Amino acid sequence: MQARNYVAPSSIDEAVAALQAGNGANRAFAGGTDVIIQVRENRRAVDTLVDIKSIPELIGITHKPDGGLRLGAATPCAQIYRDPQVKARFPALVDSASLIGGVQIQSRASLGGNLCNSSPAADSIPTLIALGAIAEIAGPSGRRNVAVEDFCTGPGQNVLQPGELLVALEFPSPAANSGAAFERFIPRNEMDIAVVNAAANITLSADGSTFQAARIAIGAVAPTPLYVAAAGQALAGKPVNDDSIAAAAEAARAAATPITDMRGSAAQRKHLVGVLVTSVLRTAIDRARG
Amino acid sequence: MVTKDRSSFKVIGTRPLRPDGIDKVTGRAQYGADIRLSGTLSGHILRSPHAHAVIKSIDTSKAEKLPGVKAVVTGADLVLPGKTLDELPDLSANVLAGRKALYRGHAIAAVAAINEQVAREATRLIEVDYEVLPVVLDVRESMQPGAPILHQAMRTRTPSGPGDAPSNVVAHTQVINGDIEAGWKDAVEIAEGDFSTSMVHQGYIEPHAATATWNSDGQVTIWSCTQGAFPARERTSTILGHPISKIKVIPTEIGGGFGGKIGVYLEPVTALLARKTGKPVKIQMDRDEVFEGTGPTPGTSIRAKLGATKDGKFVAFQADLAYENGAYGGSAANYATMCITAPYDIPNFHLDAFDVVVNKPRTQDYRAPSSPAAAFAMEQLIDELSEKLNIDPLKLRLMNAAHEGTRGPTGMPYKRIGHEEILEAAIDSPHYKSPLEGPNRGRGVASGFWFNVALRSSVNVSVQPDGTVNLIGGNTDLSGTRASLAMQLAETIGVAYEDVKPTVVDTDSVGYNDVTAGSRVTFATGIAVHEAGNKLIKEMTGRLAETWQVPVEDIEFEDGTFKTKDGAKSGTFKEIAQAVVGRGPGLTASGSVNAGFLQGGAFAHHIVDVEVNPDTGKVNILRYTAIQDVGTAVHPSYVEGQLQGGAVQGIGWALNEEYYYDEEGRMVNSSFLDYRIPTTLDVPMIDTILIEVPDPLHPFGVRGVGEPPIVPPLAAIANAVARATGVRQYQLPMSPRRILETTKDVV
Amino acid sequence: MTQKVVSTTINGEPVQFLSEPGGSLLTALRDELGLTGSKEGCNNGNCGACNVVLNGELVNSCCVLAMEVEGADLLTIEGVAQGDQLHPLQNSFLENAALQCGICTPGFIVAAKVLLENEPDADEARIRHWLAGNLCRCTGYDKIVRAVLDAAEQMRQPAAT
Ligand SMILES: Cc1cc2nc3c(=O)[nH]c(=O)nc-3n(C[C@H](O)[C@H](O)[C@H](O)COP(=O)(O)OP(=O)(O)OC[C@H]3O[C@@H](n4cnc5c(N)ncnc54)[C@H](O)[C@@H]3O)c2cc1C
Ligand code: FES
Ligand code: FES
Repeated sequence: MQARNYVAPSSIDEAVAALQAGNGANRAFAGGTDVIIQVRENRRAVDTLVDIKSIPELIGITHKPDGGLRLGAATPCAQIYRDPQVKARFPALVDSASLIGGVQIQSRASLGGNLCNSSPAADSIPTLIALGAIAEIAGPSGRRNVAVEDFCTGPGQNVLQPGELLVALEFPSPAANSGAAFERFIPRNEMDIAVVNAAANITLSADGSTFQAARIAIGAVAPTPLYVAAAGQALAGKPVNDDSIAAAAEAARAAATPITDMRGSAAQRKHLVGVLVTSVLRTAIDRARG
Repeated sequence: MVTKDRSSFKVIGTRPLRPDGIDKVTGRAQYGADIRLSGTLSGHILRSPHAHAVIKSIDTSKAEKLPGVKAVVTGADLVLPGKTLDELPDLSANVLAGRKALYRGHAIAAVAAINEQVAREATRLIEVDYEVLPVVLDVRESMQPGAPILHQAMRTRTPSGPGDAPSNVVAHTQVINGDIEAGWKDAVEIAEGDFSTSMVHQGYIEPHAATATWNSDGQVTIWSCTQGAFPARERTSTILGHPISKIKVIPTEIGGGFGGKIGVYLEPVTALLARKTGKPVKIQMDRDEVFEGTGPTPGTSIRAKLGATKDGKFVAFQADLAYENGAYGGSAANYATMCITAPYDIPNFHLDAFDVVVNKPRTQDYRAPSSPAAAFAMEQLIDELSEKLNIDPLKLRLMNAAHEGTRGPTGMPYKRIGHEEILEAAIDSPHYKSPLEGPNRGRGVASGFWFNVALRSSVNVSVQPDGTVNLIGGNTDLSGTRASLAMQLAETIGVAYEDVKPTVVDTDSVGYNDVTAGSRVTFATGIAVHEAGNKLIKEMTGRLAETWQVPVEDIEFEDGTFKTKDGAKSGTFKEIAQAVVGRGPGLTASGSVNAGFLQGGAFAHHIVDVEVNPDTGKVNILRYTAIQDVGTAVHPSYVEGQLQGGAVQGIGWALNEEYYYDEEGRMVNSSFLDYRIPTTLDVPMIDTILIEVPDPLHPFGVRGVGEPPIVPPLAAIANAVARATGVRQYQLPMSPRRILETTKDVV
Repeated sequence: MTQKVVSTTINGEPVQFLSEPGGSLLTALRDELGLTGSKEGCNNGNCGACNVVLNGELVNSCCVLAMEVEGADLLTIEGVAQGDQLHPLQNSFLENAALQCGICTPGFIVAAKVLLENEPDADEARIRHWLAGNLCRCTGYDKIVRAVLDAAEQMRQPAAT
């Protein structure tokens, strides 16, 4: 099938109105790399597709004076990973943005779309969670903020209410001596859906010997991407060594409740959680130490 | 004609540009979906959501009432006069189901409408009442008593006559050579295993597409991206009961086939819809329809056992081979019995092969059909013996390799073949000589065999006023065969490659040609080209004799030049042609051959280095070399391309590709995303070594080169993985999941 | 469903065409404009056969709505050669025998063109990475990668006068 209608509003208010008008049958789209195909393959029925790329606030990258980052929800991945400051200060975002699809997909796909599509295997969501990103939402009753770890509620489901639009993703300034990384496992080397993915964001003591704080998130092992607070807690205050890392990996494994499907078995996924959490922690440590 | 001295070739062995190249790099070439006739209706097919079901009724009335819908057809429209739906032959029932849907994706009905959206919408309005039946998906389970029966009328063909009860086993074939019991007595080392491979698809990038018109006088024209316009015409004629002379099939450019575009799917359906509507009708498949509704290659189960003396001489081999034929009968396992022992001289063997139906799409050929799975078993057993006997795996193969005079796959002794030569080349190759170092790495080798399917070919050649030559053929060009045939004609008549203009035409415009498949075009059509070229020379010599006023016997033709024996008069082909054509009647000739069915033998040997990630189970291909006896490399670049493409398809088959089914028999990975054919990042450069042992059956020594390169990769990679991990792999694909399961017990 | 008019620039020429609101750019190019050089291999973003350049960015035209290209600048395979002058990539694909069936070729050429224009020094690893969204089932990629490497080298040479 295909959508019946197309509109390209130029303001958030217009977009909200357009979304509201459909009584749930209208959908926003940014890159369209999920939704256009879902409609075509009869996985989703849409009356009007609301193209949000003409809304200035939804596209663009702002580096804020306090060191924080604001990403317009519809900003394509390619624009994100090409930004020199994003590269230097938020390398985990580059890890994610440069893995979504091939370059043809990255010219279009947005992180907002990745988040709002709310796939358990989405490759940016663990990174957004690990980085402590906040989703800024506009709707008929104004704006509200939701932490990304609370955003997804089930496979393909999230907190957005009819008429609501994701406007931007806000990231706090990376702490001193911090580092973050994202990785996924796929059977091929490109163009695949994650069997498991994981992100870590850690802060070390000034001498780099101790974990001060850590946020770890994993994907494709539960109905939504998971923030594993216990894995971060397992690291806080612990020395940077293999035992600490193994303890965090074990905590993440314990949190995973994967299923078996064509992309991987439950056992394989549990196993890979340990492998990937270990690996992203190592990269994050290297990055934190500069 | 005697095989020419290799070094005397002028055109063969060079690397000219292909004649269809510019159209293909500029987007001008017309493939199946690019045909656009004015007033064309769009068709779409309704497919069974169930893998096994009785079709109790089909109600098309709602669909027919949808505005814009012009016609709906079902299997009932394929019932020929005097017959009933119960008697629908397999060929027809696979195109539009009869009483039963036998696999998920089985075509049930088709709609023609003013546009695609309406056609799709209409298929959803067709109401089918299914009685869902139990499914059987596994080849061994399907052979068991009590398995759900697909065809009540099917009786197993066995060496002792047909079976007496309904069965899913199409045929049991037995091949016995020597004295197997004596062989086992001589064997001191034995390797055995229970191997299995999954159903895989050819994965060509172009989905099937066809457009048909049906005129009021009964003249039918079909444009199709088929691998064989003539067989497509024949089958369409049979299915529709319409005379062959009234059907013209125009082959479009074709975006890959590898065997998968031999069968007919859309041709009869578009024709039927065109008849009903009086308008051109075009149908183009979606990618998931290609996976679920066309013909992949069988999954297999092979139990095999190989014995050798302590010196490494193979003395006994036994195998039980079961091949999934999909929903309807076929003969894949029968081929496997010919291929599995073909590379070696084994005095005693005993093979039992079973062709079996299961609730999966009717299988089709895929490059060297049946041989890769057979080699997956055989070449791993050899590897195991090489470890047990502590003999280098290449030397062990060389010691046992088949050669001229050895019993060949059809039971007849081989003529000249090159298995020994490629093994020697492998031993001498830079790849094999270089050490492989580092943890978790392993090197694997394997050989592979395929015949030349030869069959029938026809071409016409005609000389133009400027002395150039048109070469008219009927084989669709999948991989540069226009070039390889033009080169053979240029070689035959001694002109420059640029002076031959090859064209592929429709079924009305040239004599019969079998499909472009089985590595046959450069081989068999090449023979026809050579014959036509020689006839042309003969004709020209005759006419020249009159012009020059000398006896015919006094004129010689050599190196592209006609001359009198005394050398007094001479002229190049082009000069003479200009003169002769200028005056006399047009100069044309044709060549037609039936070069036999399974001919010759071509061998490939591959060497691969892998690294297996112990944490994730992922296999990384580090280095790859494909060696092959190509007979004579007509256009070496395109020959290399065949080796490289075949190797990479084999890598995909070995590592990730498979039809992944749920319990109800639904293929759940019917997209390029989840079917996972290799991308650029999954493979290294593929080194090639072309060995030329001319085939005595071909005037230029050509052997088919397209099929053998897909045979060794499965086993070569398995052998490499076994050496890297210490664990042998009996099941494909060797996906990360399976490697973790077998090496780390992650289950 | 009412069709709408879209005005855009394709291969340097201003063009207007009709499309259904939910129709894809690939369908519009092929069915409305007769630009059948962009191919459909999967219709869901996984093969790259439909690659076109949209405002300088490589995209899969099957994953773009026709409506979205209002006012945009598009390049398709039909615009890669300048008149009868083939692009170095096109020549290189021919000379390197980088096509067998050729169905993937337009997509590969369009993709590689964007790469080499932005990164003239792209090496094998970079080329393989960039082309990972383009599937070819015939060649095993070896000759395609070599063709792109060769074309890159030619394109780096100062233009002969
Ligand atoms: C070939 C291919 C490969 C892919 N590979 C990957 C991969 O490797 N990893 C991965 O994670 N994903 C992958 N994807 C999926 C997809 O590309 C990503 O999820 C992408 O980030 C989606 O972004 P988009 O802007 O295209 O989303 P869209 O399709 O535009 O939107 C996705 C969903 O989010 C909603 N939405 C979008 N923006 C907003 C907004 N601002 N407010 C409210 N709702 C909104 C839409 O209504 C829709 O439901 C792939 C897709 C394809 C076709
Ligand atoms: S057709 Fe667009 S990516 Fe395959
Ligand atoms: S040349 Fe056939 S798919 Fe690439």
